[in-house]
Amino acid sequence: MNDRLTTIRQEILDGIEQHAGTRASAFELRKQFLDSKTGKIGQLMKEMKSIAPEERAGFGKSVNELKEWAQQKFVELDEKLKARELERRYESEKIDVTMPEKGTETGNLHPITQMRNQLIDVFSGMGFEVYEGTEIETDYYNFTALNTPKDHPARDMQDTFYLSPEFLLRTQTSAGQIHVMESKKPPIKILSPGKVFRSDDDATHSPMFTQMEGLVVDKKITLCDLKGMLDMFVRKIYGEGTTTRLRPSYFPFTEPSVEVDVSCFECGGRGCKLCKGTGWIEILGAGIVNRKVLANCGIDPDEYSGLAFGIGIERTAMLKYGINNIKLLFESDLRVLRQINDN
Amino acid sequence: MLVPLSWLKEYVEIDITPQELEKKLFSCGLEVEELTEVGKNISNVAVGLVESCDPIPDTHLSVCRVNVGDKGSFQICCGADNVKAGCKFPVALVGATVYMTAKDHKTVEGVMTIKKGKLRGYESEGMLCSGVELGVSESMFPGAGYNGLLLLPDDAPIGADVKPLLGLDDWIFDISITANRPDCQSILGIAREVAAVCDRELKMPSFKYTETQTPKEGFSVTVEAPELCPRYIGHYVHDVKIGESPLWMKRRLALVGQEPISNIVDITNYVLLEMGQPMHAFDCDYLEGNAIRVRRAAEGEKLVTLDGQEYVLHPDNLVICDGVKPVALAGVMGGLNSEIRDTTAEVMFEAAKFMRDNIRKTSRALGKRTDASARYEKGVDEYTTVQAMKRALHLVEELGCGKISCTHVDVNTGNSVEPRTMQVSVAKVNDVLGIRVPDEEILKIMKNLQFSPVLSGDELTLQVPAYREDMESYPDVAEEVIRMYGYDHLIPAFLPEAKVTMGGLNRSQKRELKLKRALCASGAYECIHYSFFSPSDLELIRLPQEDALRNAIRILNPINEELSLMRTTLVPSMLGAIARNQKKGNLEGRLFEVGRIFLPRELPLKDYPDERETLCIGIFGEQENFFTLKGLAQKAAQALFVTFDYAPVKKTFLHPYQAASISCEGKEIGCLGKVAYEVAEELDLRTDAYILELDLEMLLTSWDREAAFTPLPKFPVESRDLALVMDKKISCGEVEDVIRRSCSHIQDIRLFDVYEGGQIPEDKRSMAFTVSFVAGEEAFEQDSVDRFVKKILKNLKNQLDIELRS
Repeated sequence: MNDRLTTIRQEILDGIEQHAGTRASAFELRKQFLDSKTGKIGQLMKEMKSIAPEERAGFGKSVNELKEWAQQKFVELDEKLKARELERRYESEKIDVTMPEKGTETGNLHPITQMRNQLIDVFSGMGFEVYEGTEIETDYYNFTALNTPKDHPARDMQDTFYLSPEFLLRTQTSAGQIHVMESKKPPIKILSPGKVFRSDDDATHSPMFTQMEGLVVDKKITLCDLKGMLDMFVRKIYGEGTTTRLRPSYFPFTEPSVEVDVSCFECGGRGCKLCKGTGWIEILGAGIVNRKVLANCGIDPDEYSGLAFGIGIERTAMLKYGINNIKLLFESDLRVLRQINDN
Repeated sequence: MLVPLSWLKEYVEIDITPQELEKKLFSCGLEVEELTEVGKNISNVAVGLVESCDPIPDTHLSVCRVNVGDKGSFQICCGADNVKAGCKFPVALVGATVYMTAKDHKTVEGVMTIKKGKLRGYESEGMLCSGVELGVSESMFPGAGYNGLLLLPDDAPIGADVKPLLGLDDWIFDISITANRPDCQSILGIAREVAAVCDRELKMPSFKYTETQTPKEGFSVTVEAPELCPRYIGHYVHDVKIGESPLWMKRRLALVGQEPISNIVDITNYVLLEMGQPMHAFDCDYLEGNAIRVRRAAEGEKLVTLDGQEYVLHPDNLVICDGVKPVALAGVMGGLNSEIRDTTAEVMFEAAKFMRDNIRKTSRALGKRTDASARYEKGVDEYTTVQAMKRALHLVEELGCGKISCTHVDVNTGNSVEPRTMQVSVAKVNDVLGIRVPDEEILKIMKNLQFSPVLSGDELTLQVPAYREDMESYPDVAEEVIRMYGYDHLIPAFLPEAKVTMGGLNRSQKRELKLKRALCASGAYECIHYSFFSPSDLELIRLPQEDALRNAIRILNPINEELSLMRTTLVPSMLGAIARNQKKGNLEGRLFEVGRIFLPRELPLKDYPDERETLCIGIFGEQENFFTLKGLAQKAAQALFVTFDYAPVKKTFLHPYQAASISCEGKEIGCLGKVAYEVAEELDLRTDAYILELDLEMLLTSWDREAAFTPLPKFPVESRDLALVMDKKISCGEVEDVIRRSCSHIQDIRLFDVYEGGQIPEDKRSMAFTVSFVAGEEAFEQDSVDRFVKKILKNLKNQLDIELRS
């Protein structure tokens, strides 16, 4: 009897060795031995009756041992085959990961919008609202109210596009200041971004460009506030460690007026090609709001004072991203638009 | 403005380097655009004594032995006709740089470096130089104009650098002056600033002269247009002797590029440069009627100016006339008919103030800009007008070129040339700055700026010089103080006194940005185009003659015709952008622009026009079609929480059968479609393009919805697929409409297949939809959905004659 057990054991081992290449054939093989009705080990159990009673316990124990051993063997076999199958599946799905990607492109905001948003972010945090004025303005709002009457030489600083004797294309976003100051009482903190126009068209000038005007009107606003605010702004835009330098300038609507330079963020002020060796780059004009401008808007200049600054967005963006020609910003060349992704 | 350092030193002691002075000027508001050494291209040229000079046989050359003191002794070959033993000449040593001249020995062709050479077998170690080769003209050094060697004075120290000797070590500052400081448009004006910023005394030039008792009998000046000429001063000078100006004057004129002409003319030019006051000198022989009249020109009146050009004038132009005819275009240029000649014996000097705006307009209208008009345009003050006349007369006396008569006529409108008294509070000055500048600093600064300050308590009393017309109130004083005290004294603050305010974008600005971001996420790139376009753009999109969009606002002074109209549609700019991209090889892409269109209420403009924020999308390339563009439109709608409806439409620039209007709640707000082939052809487009335009103003302001959550349905969604057969003319939208109206439980209707072909009749097509139903509070009954479908099919049959496909 034990011989038969030994034979079955050997048959299982041979079967696993020779006929169990796949999980399906292994299952078939298992059935041959372990199927409860037809399996060879099951058959042995049925023969129990024909065994002499004194040997029955011993035989039963041996058959059970065989059964457990076989079950274990087939579990191991199945696991091995499962692993092999998974491996084959993986191999069959091998790809060349260096082939190009698929999927839709993501576009970009225009570099000017990107820059504009960054500036708005910085100044929003300081409590500035955003006011967008009209591109077509009257002579009064663009010039006269800004302390630039008709015969003023400062009008020559900007060549203006006229639409009628009264209407023109705004040459500066400062025009928007007046509308705000006329309609709102201090405290005022506004940022006025928008397109402005000057009759200039050459390699470095575009007849349309974008400015962002900032205005604060409140009690006791000083030049020190202007300096502090602009220092904060350049640190946020050009990085910690950058600072500003103020120097005298002239704008009809501010007094004192200053030109603001930022320490060169390329060389840290040592002097390089970007800053033409000076360590400083001119970025904006600013000043303390002229008393006449406040008075023109019905704000008492003895009670309130203000500061104003005007930033050229193209210039800021060109400096930040190293764009070398202002015209590129208005040509909509996808090769340009794809590059600036600082949304 | 060009300012020679040597001239500046006439009025103020300068003991710092030109570079240090540049920094000081910069810090006080005078930006030096360029700082150049007069002899920047000349180096290593020394005084040499020719000890021997022997002709080289059969040539025009001589071989010289030149003693250059401690630099050595050199053999130099020279071809100049005035080379002579015992004379001193400039020697360019080996390695020196000098100007290279053409064959005529006069025209400068560049800079060269002197090398050792051999001429006709003779070694030559250096070069003897002419004036031209050193960049020195006759006006700068006598003898320098000779076409040969520049003969140096006998006392020139052998071996010394020639640059100081010839004035080549001088520096020229090119300074830009802001519009508020016309008083700085002169050497003296700059000197005033230098004296203040360097804390040095200002040395004024002399204004003294002695008058003779010889009057110009009967001479009169009348100003008929005082509104354009508030002050006119005439002074008669007799016994004039026309000749050359002295070297010092010629040299100064030459340094700023002014050609010396004759003593009287040079004096007028010199005073213009020194004082900033344009001057004119008339030859009295040619003044008829013994009178000067300042009046507006008669319509069509003609005048030939000094440069020989004839101008036809207009009453807006101011002219200076004698008793009979115009003799000068006021503030711009003198007339040829009264020009100073060699024979001139009597002169009438003019110093006047003309209104800046009038001179600017005349100068612009006639296209004539002169040094005089440039000064007048920025503004000349009457104090300077008075002083300049005195200065000119002093120079006449100093140069000995005429006698100053007692005939002096000053016609004015009563404006004072005395200093104005101004009182300001020091506290207010400091309040503008935000720091406290020590009183003694304020006093020192204001004193250095010639304001004669007196401080009493908080009250600062200033005597504002008449030339400082820009000084109005305490902020002006604050600016004077801080630009001299130094902006680096400011202590950065962060609005410590100001009220807290809420910042950030408003709702509509946020929604616009959200829309832009949604479009970017769909692969579109934002572009920005000019707000103006061309009349030809209206033709490009084939706008009908009567179309309202042709009613564009014209720019009166456009850069060119292409940029002469304010946009009434963004479509042409977008088409242009697509065409440009294709020309550069970008054959596919997605672009969008958010910009304004300008719709006038009436023309010419009497009121602000309607500036409408508008969205334009342009897509092009093989992968794009009407529906990809519609996808972008839907993205826009979703971003703004609105629903768009589409209906076929005809637009002149769009494909007649691939174009749709876009409506929102029944209001038409735009259109989209394929660019018409004739437009595409005109633009040479290589791939199909699709374009959309939408009134964003309306979208952003009319339908302002909040983001909101709809609770999830309690019961699962049930779907049915319906394949429907219908007449080809029936649109998908019509079918969807009928389905939607048939049942209130429909959640979604989605077209998933369209079929035309053999399996259905020829004039029919099949559209297959998935319709999903969702129950409300109550669950559907067993046969609810089947009943819904039955009703849908019945409505479709009745309303559109649509059958279920069998």
